[in-house]
Amino acid sequence: MSQSNLTEIDYNYNVVRQFTVMTVIWGIVGTLVGVLIAAQLIWPALNFDTPWLTYSRLRPLHTNAVIFAFGTSALFATSYYVVQRTCKTALFGGKLVAFTFWGWQAVILSAVVTLPLGLTSSKEYAELEWPIDILIAVVWISYAIVFFGTLLKRKTSHIYVANWFFGGFIITVAVLHIGNSMVIPLTLTKSYSLYPGAIDAMMQWWYGHNAVGFLLTAGFLGMMYYFVPKQAERPVYSYRLSIVHFWALVSLYIWAGPHHLHYTALPDWTQSVGMVMSIVLFLPSWGGMINGIMTLSGAWHKLRHDPILRFLIVSLSFYGMSTFEGPMMAIKSVNALSHYTDWTVGHVHSGALGWVAMVSIGAMYHLIPVLFNQGRMYSIKLINVHFWLHTTGIVLYIVAMWISGVMQGLMWRAVNTDGTLTYSFVESLQASYPFYFIRFVGGVLVVTGFLLMAYNMFKTIGAKDGSLKQEAIAA
Amino acid sequence: MDYGTLRGIFTVLIFVLFIIIVLWAYNKNRKSSFDEAANSIFDDDNNDNVNKDKQETNNNV
Repeated sequence: MSQSNLTEIDYNYNVVRQFTVMTVIWGIVGTLVGVLIAAQLIWPALNFDTPWLTYSRLRPLHTNAVIFAFGTSALFATSYYVVQRTCKTALFGGKLVAFTFWGWQAVILSAVVTLPLGLTSSKEYAELEWPIDILIAVVWISYAIVFFGTLLKRKTSHIYVANWFFGGFIITVAVLHIGNSMVIPLTLTKSYSLYPGAIDAMMQWWYGHNAVGFLLTAGFLGMMYYFVPKQAERPVYSYRLSIVHFWALVSLYIWAGPHHLHYTALPDWTQSVGMVMSIVLFLPSWGGMINGIMTLSGAWHKLRHDPILRFLIVSLSFYGMSTFEGPMMAIKSVNALSHYTDWTVGHVHSGALGWVAMVSIGAMYHLIPVLFNQGRMYSIKLINVHFWLHTTGIVLYIVAMWISGVMQGLMWRAVNTDGTLTYSFVESLQASYPFYFIRFVGGVLVVTGFLLMAYNMFKTIGAKDGSLKQEAIAA
Repeated sequence: MDYGTLRGIFTVLIFVLFIIIVLWAYNKNRKSSFDEAANSIFDDDNNDNVNKDKQETNNNV
């Protein structure tokens, strides 16, 4: 791609480049911490008797790093890119744009410092203490101003569907974050939630599940609606379906949170509402999955030669799989078996490594050459190797967790004829060891893939402008 | 009107709204503008002179 075409409209690609590079870097960091804590479950000595390296402190670091550092950087990069390209105008907001990048990196770095120190609000996926929460809110509102400001000054009449998903994600995450982070500060590093007891739990999972629904789903669907058609060089399968499934998805997701609190102090009817809404949610989820995959209808052969497209399409398969598994696990009787076991961990990673990571990786491989004035990535072969490492890693991971999780659930609920428990907790833990090792191997494969991606990316960035052409044989 | 009735009305309203969205989206008159929107992301490719952004392997790895 020649430079003159890119600069016809003076797009702000600088911030997109920054977020793209950081996506890959944080991808390595986040998954590496994940592998370390997976290893700690097999070899507990790996915490080296250091408080900062204990599982309990590194686990939130892992989740924050992959969701808010890796995933959200990918969303920043792609939303800034897509909104400019589809609105045919540069980003709105001037200095605010750079602030969202540096502000967000500051949030991540403060997480990297405070979480290992043990400073936590103890709310899952919202562990960061209140001063950082305020910074997140400020950055997020700036993000909304930049994004919607750009939409307002668009040169096209229609707002392309990807932007609807990005917009829905940005607004809802602001509401969720500010709502759930309401606290009474005690000191600079300690605060207490504004909400009492079961209400606090409900607020937390209203936030938690919609972080999944809007950040990890709607946002990445926005990414999917631009990069899948673009990479496949075909328009989306059904634009009408995209509209219907957008409204269905955003109006249903918000109700599904209580399924995280089955058989707790939450009122029974609330649990049942959460269960029913989670089951209905299956429909709009599969609407999106079908729309993405069917975009390839009549052009399936492209998958054979294009590892980037393969990343994108396989991500949709994982999305379809985990959005079938999720509603099923939300059914109370299934949840009685699956909750608190490794099955949940497997489900989350089939969504996170399968859907979120693969669609992001595919989008990044599409984006990097465009942003750095190249015709293609440095090595297409390495993308292919990355694809197989990542896919094999996920399959090992989720299969191990399924077996381990169902086994745990069955062992925990097994009772003798006199009503006593058949197994102690430690017995179930010992039975899980082999599966923890398989999970560890899967994680190592995923990290290796990310390292290859970083190498490929820096080689592409370092190459002379326009020197990588499609005709050249992949190095 | 009690809370339950209000929620019932709200549910029906949302449902009707959803039906309207479906009818609106699948209205024949809108087909061409949606096709245009779906293809809009390719507009900027027309004047690219270097093989677009397409990256494929040519040695079938």
